[in-house]
Amino acid sequence: MLRALHYLSVQTVQAPMETPQLSSLYQQLILEHYRNPRNKAELEEKSVEIHMANPVCGDEIRLQLRIEGDTIAEAKFVGQGCSISQASVSMMTTLLKGRRLDEAEELAARFTEMMHGDEDAAKDRSLGDLRALQGVSKFPVRIKCALLGFDALQEALKKSAGRATH
Amino acid sequence: MTRSTSTSAEPRSAAPAFDLDRIRADFPALRQEVHGRPLVYLDNAATSQKPQSVLDVIERYYEQDNANVHRGIHELSRRATVAYEEARKKVAAWIGASNPAQIVWTRGTTDAINLVAHAWGLDHLGEGDEILLTVLEHHSNIVPWQILAGRTGARLRYVELDEQGRLVLDDLETGLVNERTRLVTVSHVSNALGTVNPLPRIIEAAHAVGAIVLVDGAQGAVHTKVDVESLGADFYALSGHKMCGPTGIGALWGRRELLETMAPYQGGGEMIHVVDRDASSWAAVPHKFEAGTPNIVGAIGLGAAVDYLSGIGMEAVEAHERDLLAYALDRVGSVPGVRIFGPESQDERSAVVSFTLGDAHPHDISTILDTEGIAVRAGHHCAQLVMKHFDVSATARASFYLYNTKDEVDRLVEGLDEVRRIFA
Repeated sequence: MLRALHYLSVQTVQAPMETPQLSSLYQQLILEHYRNPRNKAELEEKSVEIHMANPVCGDEIRLQLRIEGDTIAEAKFVGQGCSISQASVSMMTTLLKGRRLDEAEELAARFTEMMHGDEDAAKDRSLGDLRALQGVSKFPVRIKCALLGFDALQEALKKSAGRATH
Repeated sequence: MTRSTSTSAEPRSAAPAFDLDRIRADFPALRQEVHGRPLVYLDNAATSQKPQSVLDVIERYYEQDNANVHRGIHELSRRATVAYEEARKKVAAWIGASNPAQIVWTRGTTDAINLVAHAWGLDHLGEGDEILLTVLEHHSNIVPWQILAGRTGARLRYVELDEQGRLVLDDLETGLVNERTRLVTVSHVSNALGTVNPLPRIIEAAHAVGAIVLVDGAQGAVHTKVDVESLGADFYALSGHKMCGPTGIGALWGRRELLETMAPYQGGGEMIHVVDRDASSWAAVPHKFEAGTPNIVGAIGLGAAVDYLSGIGMEAVEAHERDLLAYALDRVGSVPGVRIFGPESQDERSAVVSFTLGDAHPHDISTILDTEGIAVRAGHHCAQLVMKHFDVSATARASFYLYNTKDEVDRLVEGLDEVRRIFA
């Protein structure tokens, strides 16, 4: 099922914003993940797949997880879009393998906090390469790009949690 | 204020010279800095900026004349009604309509198309009938017809595109349009690529089989002189906000006999003649299609926009845009890694440059340009079928209007150099 991002939830800018530095947005690590995405492939045996798209700009990904017990055994994705959305999901998948579902939940929450400007979250080593995306928080219209993969992850976790209770 | 040397040197003719500096001074929104740089507004295909004269008319209406139209006996209502109906006459004259009653106010082009789909389509289409549209269309000229086809059993057929984003009309008269065709709907100018479509041939082919033709003029009347009577289409839809007017107002021009025989669009006040318990009779055209309190100030503002453009002259606007387009195609086209979409011949395109640059995604291009104060659109431009045709997910689009300058094209090219540096 195709799910759409709630793009209206993106924070609105009240006053003319301070000019952010492009160098804080387009870090080398981001461009490197954009050009050489990790875990970009179809997953053979998947327990859950979420198709997430941003109807406003056309970015989309299909996130595929193989879950064994309460652990993510494998995470892959296919998709297309801007450097921010694709680098973010690439970085995210590198951190998911071997994580418990509640840890993945925590990762998504931490990343979202960083996107909303939380400086402490931005220093959290658990975010790994994702910390390179901190600068996106200064570009409000691009935050939804960085969150595309995490929105898919949260849907996937919700879906698997529902299944586990059956 | 400095005067443009290129225009002030020319001899005075009956029409005022196209004075770019004076035109720019008419648009307050252009006088600002964005991220520390003078704004370069190149997103005109999405919406245009508004001249002071339009802003003044809107303010004056609310300060002095605000009242409901066609209802009150009092002085303010009289003034509001006169201004509102005068605006209708202005739009009619501007697109060459012989009768202002053929101008129906709508919320915009999308609303105008939906009006035809409901009020004409539901009564005239059935199982097996065909609607011919094109792959070039904006979603607003696709989705209403998909909904209508779903309700009536009609079938959608598409005119395909060639590698330059032009309509492939080889089979137009020998299959695409046939005895089952009831409606042909086509854009005057493509919003995504700027392609100018050969309307006369399409209209002739449709009429030869008795089909009616709707022209989506959202990007047409904005940039070029339109004469609906000589064009010969059955409906022409336009939006106010793309042609210096306010948002939320547009117009549908229709052939008189079609408008008169069509069912109403929405029911409510203003559109009735007599209301009884079980049935009502309708007001005359165009009011039959204008239920409820209309966008009065929008209509009056659009009238002021028409006055503004008429004062400059659409021929002059068109000439300026042609000049800019030639310059922009040349300059942007020479940036290494740029791929420009759309017709190669400038006679077949409007002042839109849709492009990609290397492996930089259009959203990234747009963000980088924004930090330089340059506004362009990035995405699918509500034309996903066009994107699929070219097998791209998105393009960046610079779209020009009467107030844009060659210096702004140069700024765009500088911005693209910055994109190349970051994505090197």
